Amino acid sequence: MSVEATGPAEATAVDSTPAPAGGGFVHRLLMAIGPILAALVLAGAILLAVGVDPLTYYGTVLQRGLLSPLGIQQTLTRMAPLLFVAAGLIVAFRAGMWNLGGDGQFLLGAVTAAASAPLLVEVLPGWMALPIAFVLATAVAMIWSLVPALLRAYQGVNEIITTLMMTFLGTSLANVLVKLVFLDPATTVPQTRTLPVEDRLPRLFDTTITSGLIFGLVAIIAVHLMMTRTAFGLKLRIVGANPRAAIHAGLGVPKLTVAVFALSAGLVGLGGAVDIVGVQGNVRADWNPAYGMAVIPAVFLARMNGFAAIGFVFLLSVLSIGGESAARRVGVPNTFTLVLVAIVLVMLALAEYFDHRHNQSRKA
Amino acid sequence: MTGLFSEVFLGALLFGAVTAAIPLLLAGLGEQMSEKAGVLNIGIEGMMICGAYCGFVGAFYSGSLWLGFLTGALGGMAVALVMALLCVRLGLNQIVIGIALTLGLEGLTALLHHFQFSRSYPRLPAADATVIPVLSDIPVLGPALFKHHLLVYLAVALVVVMSIIYRRTQLGLNLQAAGDKPAALDVAGVDVMRTRTIAVLTTGGMAGLGGAYLANVGAGLFIPFITNGAGFLGIVLAMLARGRPIWVLFGALLFGICLSLTTAMQVAGINIPTDVIQMLPFLAVMIMLVLFGRRASLPAALGIPYERGAR
Amino acid sequence: MTRPSQSSTTEPHDIVVLEGVTKRFPGVVANDSVDLRIRSGEVHVLLGENGAGKSTLIGMLSGLQQPDEGRILVDGRPTPITSPRHALSLGIGTVFQHMMLVPTLTVAENLLLGGPWWQRPRIGQLEARVAEITKSLNITVRLHAKVSELSLGEQQQVEILRAMVRNSRLLILDESTSMLTPQGIEELGALMRRLVEQGLAIVFITHKLKEAAAFGDRISVLKLGRKVGEITPPRLKFLGEKAAITEIVEMMFGKQTDDPEAERHAGSFAKPDAAPLLQVRDLSVAPMADSPGLSSVSFDIRPGEILGIAGIDGNGQKQLAEALSGQLATTGGSVELDGRSIDAMDVGQRRAAGLRYLTDDRLGEGTVGTFPVSINFFLKQVGEEPFWRRGFEQRGEIDSRAGELVREYDVRTPSLKTPVGRLSGGNIQKVLLARELADGARVVIFNKPTYGLDLANTLASRQRIRDTAARGLAILLISTDLEELLSMCDRIAVIANGRLVGDVQNEDDVRTTVGRMMVGVAA
Repeated sequence: MSVEATGPAEATAVDSTPAPAGGGFVHRLLMAIGPILAALVLAGAILLAVGVDPLTYYGTVLQRGLLSPLGIQQTLTRMAPLLFVAAGLIVAFRAGMWNLGGDGQFLLGAVTAAASAPLLVEVLPGWMALPIAFVLATAVAMIWSLVPALLRAYQGVNEIITTLMMTFLGTSLANVLVKLVFLDPATTVPQTRTLPVEDRLPRLFDTTITSGLIFGLVAIIAVHLMMTRTAFGLKLRIVGANPRAAIHAGLGVPKLTVAVFALSAGLVGLGGAVDIVGVQGNVRADWNPAYGMAVIPAVFLARMNGFAAIGFVFLLSVLSIGGESAARRVGVPNTFTLVLVAIVLVMLALAEYFDHRHNQSRKA
Repeated sequence: MTGLFSEVFLGALLFGAVTAAIPLLLAGLGEQMSEKAGVLNIGIEGMMICGAYCGFVGAFYSGSLWLGFLTGALGGMAVALVMALLCVRLGLNQIVIGIALTLGLEGLTALLHHFQFSRSYPRLPAADATVIPVLSDIPVLGPALFKHHLLVYLAVALVVVMSIIYRRTQLGLNLQAAGDKPAALDVAGVDVMRTRTIAVLTTGGMAGLGGAYLANVGAGLFIPFITNGAGFLGIVLAMLARGRPIWVLFGALLFGICLSLTTAMQVAGINIPTDVIQMLPFLAVMIMLVLFGRRASLPAALGIPYERGAR
Repeated sequence: MTRPSQSSTTEPHDIVVLEGVTKRFPGVVANDSVDLRIRSGEVHVLLGENGAGKSTLIGMLSGLQQPDEGRILVDGRPTPITSPRHALSLGIGTVFQHMMLVPTLTVAENLLLGGPWWQRPRIGQLEARVAEITKSLNITVRLHAKVSELSLGEQQQVEILRAMVRNSRLLILDESTSMLTPQGIEELGALMRRLVEQGLAIVFITHKLKEAAAFGDRISVLKLGRKVGEITPPRLKFLGEKAAITEIVEMMFGKQTDDPEAERHAGSFAKPDAAPLLQVRDLSVAPMADSPGLSSVSFDIRPGEILGIAGIDGNGQKQLAEALSGQLATTGGSVELDGRSIDAMDVGQRRAAGLRYLTDDRLGEGTVGTFPVSINFFLKQVGEEPFWRRGFEQRGEIDSRAGELVREYDVRTPSLKTPVGRLSGGNIQKVLLARELADGARVVIFNKPTYGLDLANTLASRQRIRDTAARGLAILLISTDLEELLSMCDRIAVIANGRLVGDVQNEDDVRTTVGRMMVGVAA
């Protein structure tokens, strides 16, 4: 046995026991809302301690991230890349592989799209150019994940360490590519050529929301259905829950491992491409939104359920868009979002733990 | 290029390498202890940044660097205490909580920094170096290796201390048993939870100290996200070192040289993006892993919470 | 014999007394008002089936669990045993069913675990102490070998030694014979005798009646958490082994005339003239750090025939099973199923061809504990019609077939959705039996099919294997339980150090022959 034995698929925040079937919807809702409220109170106490009125802060975040027309559009736009990242992480985590290399995969996908899309739109019509850019970005991220995948599949090297290293490598490589290879000669700031606004992914109706949102939703729902309804998904879940049972059942674990990494990294890389082609237009040097790390808590809070993940990604987007506004208006840096997410995560894990304990003692 | 220039360059490079290696060394040694005892401490990045912040605050307000190191270590231990409570006592998932702690402390220290220092960006005075007589007179190497802050020598000495603990004390046996077969340790009458808690707290103290060194001696100030993945590098080092403290030292120096090279080349005006050099240690390690991957071995119970009576 | 130690000169006395001890777990009463006297100089056998409450009782004696009601007296004083450390300090040492040694440490280091944390391990002191003990017990222990290099029997001796090093007055042996050879069991019996002669008290837990009668001075029988009877030393002497067994069986199962396990190999379903269904020639597997591999293993099995593989655990049994099932890469040899080579086939193809492997590691690799019972029936058929169509799960098909299997194999489960890990060992085994025996099985490998099962489930599993042979399937039955093989097989081969050292018809006097081969004495 090794660390794989407690792969993420076994690990909801507390343990592997599924929520009691009799718990019911209300119970589950309470289990989600209660910890979030507790986290808001705790985080509010921190704000009070630094001399900020929590109500003002929360109000601003809500107003700017959810309630104002511009805010909600920004929030929904922000969701697009996050949904892809979440989809990629769900595949990996459910199959028991800790893909902690999301940031590197995301950036390489983004750089590939940023490098290829402006060239492609010059020679091809947009409906052909952008998909090709997406495919390229996905492929690059997949290839990038081959190293940890092969090491894990055929050498048994722990993927936490390799994906972590590949993410450091990947962020550096992305920067090198931006600064040396794909540099836009027309600007003084080091960045890639900018994709003209009219060539980017269309916006939805009369809003500023990117159509990447739709792709992201399709991706995560497809992943969810794949994991829960198909033979392939079941195979991945067997590998995740009990790798030895997978070998015993004759599943080709090494090949599945490589497939998991490719799928996971591909989706994350595609997320990077969608962000560039849909919203950013180019990659600036040293740009790293660190979505790969930020989405991990959301995926865990959702217990790797695709639909729940949509909800938590939405919440994360509200917090991050609202938080950016609040940084300007209330003077709380948007890193406070991280604090809030962390507290929610800890509270939820605790709630799950005590709920589990309560259930046990009730059975006795 | 004159010989003098290259000597100065080399000296600065080595000096910087040691400075950059020390936080990694402390983090790696700390992480190693947790992993030996069966706790995968992903929260070490959070412990480091908390140590950096607390260390800076302590040193800034007290005016004493050593008090700063103390508050830094305590700051790291405070985060470790949360980790120990949640993951060792309650058995919550170590990776989830670790990531939460890292994100949370990165955010929290940035927040506090924003309200305290973002207008003034105060700096600490340069740290006093402890010059080791005789050795420091060696040309090039002397000033580069033997004119550092006292903590540097202490950190290197810690490698020896750790080796002795692992090889020659009951505590070392206990730690290894806690990581490889906790149930055996339990029936031998040693409290697994306590052993693991001690390991995690020690990790926190060392990571915090590393963070404090990074802020107080390495940079002279605190800025948000100052650790920039040093804690994660510590995890990588600990896993590669496979339980041997001396390998953490070698690894930390390798990474230190590359980090130092980036600054040195900027100073020398060589026009290569620093990212290229930053990639080198990771490339080296990945190549080593590809070549020797199979030999990486980890404690059997790493990452698995211990529950008495459960098998 | 060695000089009796000081304590043996004192009169036998009660070391630990349990009075009305009750322990409840969610949904079950594991121990219900149990009274027990454990006296120095006595081997006290605790006999009972799985789930009778033996393990819980040990858990309470060794400080892992605390009773809900009743009290424990140590040396006549009520003493709650609060932790394993406390139990050790009271002189209670436990040898657990699952080895409690750290595989990466040496024997000496394992023995030293638990000393004050700041100290240097006192190797010299330990060496002297160990020398003294091993001499008086007439055993040898390699102090500086890594535990992972020791055989299970050696590891067990280390555990007993550990209890002795700690000056235990009461030694608890939990199912210690389940991994041992017949000779190893005899040796353990003799060792226990020497220990009690030195004045120790021993609690010996087993579910094997013969061992209980042969080694015990006093026998307590547990059933469903209650103590249902006790045979005192004088009475045990008076009864003799045979009569004692009859009495114990009465206590455990009510009136019965014979040892239910000791049924003889009755009829055979083998068709001696038929062509072999499974032909194995020179099968080889490279040795590894923890296993001897296989060297040139050859045998045939005909339709309806049960071939037993006897041997001490860890001599290549698992490798043989895995090499046949396709889980383990071979370095040479060939396997033919009904005249057709299956060497190039992977696990799935071999299964499809009719080769089935029922693993001994039911939760470790046989099932996915967190998945529902229904899915676990089809773990080896993921993606196959009609349960999946074009890759999509057909829940109706799965549930209706799973329902059939549950009824047919009498799996006791609250529902098809229940995670299989929540079922008892016997019911998990039924799930595995259903999965491997259903739909097109032709050759079945059973690896320790009754290991860890209680008597009822053991008998049911054996009947299931016989029925399978009766259907004309070829059966390879790997077991470390010689009695089981003698009662089931047509032929018995012995595996030792990765090679088959004999292949004999199961006839009247085969027991000693096989027993001798198992330990490497030529037949």
